Parts: sequence; structure tokens; C-alpha cells
Amino acid sequence: MNETNVKRIYADHAATTPVLPEVVEAMLPCFNETWGNPSSLHQDGQRAKELLVSARATLASTLGCDPSEVYFTSCGSESDNWAIKGAARKAKQGRNKIITSKIEHHAVLHTCEALAREGFNVVYLDVDSEGIVDLDQLRREADDTTALVAVMMANNEIGTLQPICEIAEIAHDAGALCFTDAVQAFGAIRFNVKEIGVDMLALSGHKLGAPKGIGALYIKKGVRIANLIDGGGQEKGKRGGTENLPYIVGLAKAAKLAQSRLDDVPRIIKMRNRLIDGLCALPHSKLNGARGARLPGNVNVSFEYVEGESLLLWLDIMGISASTGSACSSNSLEASHVLLATGLPIEMAHGSLRFSLSHSNTEEDVDRIIAATAEVVSKLRAMSPIYPGN
Amino acid sequence: MLYTEKVMDHFTNPRNVGEIADASGVGTVGNAKCGDIMQMFIKVENDIIVDVKFKTFGCGAAIATSSMATELIKGKSIDDALALTNSAVVEALEGLPPVKVHCSVLAEEAIKAAISDYYKRNGIDKEVPEVADHCCGPECHHH
Repeated sequence: MNETNVKRIYADHAATTPVLPEVVEAMLPCFNETWGNPSSLHQDGQRAKELLVSARATLASTLGCDPSEVYFTSCGSESDNWAIKGAARKAKQGRNKIITSKIEHHAVLHTCEALAREGFNVVYLDVDSEGIVDLDQLRREADDTTALVAVMMANNEIGTLQPICEIAEIAHDAGALCFTDAVQAFGAIRFNVKEIGVDMLALSGHKLGAPKGIGALYIKKGVRIANLIDGGGQEKGKRGGTENLPYIVGLAKAAKLAQSRLDDVPRIIKMRNRLIDGLCALPHSKLNGARGARLPGNVNVSFEYVEGESLLLWLDIMGISASTGSACSSNSLEASHVLLATGLPIEMAHGSLRFSLSHSNTEEDVDRIIAATAEVVSKLRAMSPIYPGN
Repeated sequence: MLYTEKVMDHFTNPRNVGEIADASGVGTVGNAKCGDIMQMFIKVENDIIVDVKFKTFGCGAAIATSSMATELIKGKSIDDALALTNSAVVEALEGLPPVKVHCSVLAEEAIKAAISDYYKRNGIDKEVPEVADHCCGPECHHH
């Protein structure tokens, strides 16, 4: 049962990723050599500032924007909060509507709920069975009272890629700003922020091999949003707090590495498709999300008559790290809002498994995941009082 | 680790899994929407639960509490089984995370439902006591 000698398979990269050795290497000098405060005028400070400038330029180049449009934050959630609250509070009089989707990350949904309590009118767009937002509904809702349209680029649970260019266009036609949470997409798919046309974009370091505790927000030149963190004038007075230089350098390095690894995406897509096919070949299973418009590494499948946390525990024992949308695995005891928004029955949401692959996974991993899942699903179905096959 | 060793032991090696074809009573509680369903089969002879089996759809805690509950009532009298509380099941498992305590309530309910069914089938005019510690709320399970 305890296959302790077998190498563990990490298939939960959408949750977080290990810090890459090259990233650690790039960060280390910032702790004990270039440890100065970039705001200081002396040489210690100025050496740190050089690294900060260079890191900002690197990150900007991976986004396809000007360095002056990149702001470092503490995490993806801060970037989400800042973009949405900042845009809402700076909006012109009469524009008090925020349009988002039902499948956003909680960092977006709970931020919108907080603004709703302040009196903003928040509209949550429906999604279809694959998790793609209803563009007609967006066209109907986007009007001259709309301050912001906030829709994620790729969903963290089911991997669905949104038609973000069209979303930005619709927002702009209504005179509203467009923000996208690209925490899952950045580093996983190729995009250029200027081609997408959004006004703001959030990203996070720890999804792509940088440490937890670093994020960034792209704010298009000319777009004005209110500050979230006031302070000592860092980030051009828009985001207070002494710059976390080691992590900023780490994020820039990880972004650069992620960009160079994008050539590996076809291999990841191939593994993903084989994993999807292997899991969906099991009886009473269903793919969640889209087949085509999907993050390269995301697999999300529901297994009827079994519960996700039990699946997860067994896979963990067998050396596989995955994730589930089951209520029983969450502290809130609520099933995944994303899966429910796609119209999946709640019973099926309880039986969902998410595997998120990256460049570090292999075809052999895929084989082991399929075999282990098949074994665990049938083991749990054998003791399930609702499984019709018993 | 989220669960105690004892919970993981009962989750990975659940005791008394299955059905009893000629059961004296069967109780099913929970629903798939809540994410857990427990089905308890008891075989009663001379007021003693001589055999008990279960089937559970649910999380690790639901499976472990079902398994432990069957162990705690096997060979016991009906009255002893009715006296089993969810906290006794939790204690026997050396604790459950707070959000999972409702699973142990489900195990207590399953036993009571099976005994209630046994009473009904045998024309025994007795009431099964109420489950003391209600779980998630009125929308959940069969309150």
C-alpha cells in the first residue's frame, strides 16, 4: 500500500511549484551581497536599484510591455485586489458597475463582494458547460455605467481559456477598463499583453518557479487606478513598501525561464491529452472544462459515485499529489463554485480530480496517474452505496 | 497530516465493509449532494448485534467513522449501540479535524437508522433516541 520507494509524482502545479534552482541562484546574492534598499542614495542602495531596474525590464519583456507599466506586489491576490478596488474607486462618477465572471478565483470574487458591500453594482457573468463566459451577456451588461470588466485569462480549476481579446474589446467599446487575472496563464501559454489589449493584468511568481510572496500587476500607461497600499513612494508612488528585491529578481528569472520553456508546451499538451483520454476511458467519468481552449497542463475529471477527498488521500498514499473540487476537502465545506457554474451536478463536483502538469512531468508519470486513479476509483466504488455496478 | 494515524488506518483498511443479505435492519443516511452517504446493515440475534457491515460514499473521515462505528457496536446489545455517541467515535479515532466532526454524527445516525429499521421490521414498539449533536444544518442529511 505504502509505495514509499517509488518516486513521488507532483501533479498539482496549479497550486504551486517548487522554486527552480536557477531562480534560487539568481536570488541568493540579493540576500547577502546586494542587500541595500533601492531607495537609498548610497552605493549599497544604488546597486540594489540596478537589480530592481533590470528585473522590471526582464519581466516587462516577457509580458511585451514597457518596464514603466510593471508594478511589483506581494502576490497574485494583492494584484487582483489592487486592480479591481483601484479601478472601482478611481472610476468616473456614474460608473459603478463591475462585471466579472462566476468562475473567477476567490481573490477576485471576494474583492468584488467587498465592493458590492460598498455600494458597487457587481454583475457575475454566466459560463457555458466548458467554462467559457457568455459574451452576449457581457455585451448586454457592458454599458456607460460600467467601470471595469474583470475576467480571468485561464481558470485555475478547469483550465478554460477565455476569449480575452474579445472581452477587452467589448469592455473598451463601453468605455470601461478591462482587467485579467493571468495567474495561471502567465508562463504557461504565450501571450503579449499589448496584443490582448487589457488595461491591467495580474500575475504571481509561485506558479512558475519563483517563491511564494511575489506578484506583479501590469497597468497600461495612462490608466489611473487608486492605490491599495500607500507608503514611501516606491513603485512610482503607486505601491508602498520597500521592494522585496530577492523575490523580484526571482520572479524576473522565473518569467524568463518560463518564456524559454514555452517551446516545451506541445509536449505538455500531448501528456495532458493522453491523461484526459486515459481517465475519461474509465466508466462514469466526465471531463470538466474545454478540450481545446484549455491550459496546456490542466486535467480535471469527475468520477461519479466516489468522493474527491477520498480519491486524493489514496492517490497521496500511492505517491501522487493532485487536487479536488469536492466540498469535503475545503474548509468551507462548499463544492467548487467553478464546477457548479459550468452546470455540473453537485454530486459530480464532489467526485472531481484536478491534475496540473508542467515541464517537469513525464509520459511515465501520466501512465502511473492513469493506473493509480483507475485502481483507486474502483476501490472506492466497490464500497459506495450508490454505485450501480455493485 | 490532516488526519490522525487511527483515521488513516480505518480509511485505508476499513473494517466490516459490505452488505448483509439477510440483515435485520438497514439504515441509510446522508445524501450525495452533501458529499456523503452511509449505509449500515445490522444482523440482530437475541438483542445482540452479531454482525454489522457498511457501505459509504464520502471523504476520508466519513469512511473512517463508518468503519470505527461498526467496530464499536459489533457484538454489543441494541441498547449499548443506541448509547454510542458521535463523540465516542471521534475519541476512538483519536480526533477529527473540526470541519469533519459532522461525519461522525452521520455514523451515529446510520446506526440509529438501522436499529429503527430493525424495530419496524419486528414490530417492536420503541423509539430510537434523537441524535444529540446535529451536524451541518436543516438542509443537510435527514433531519
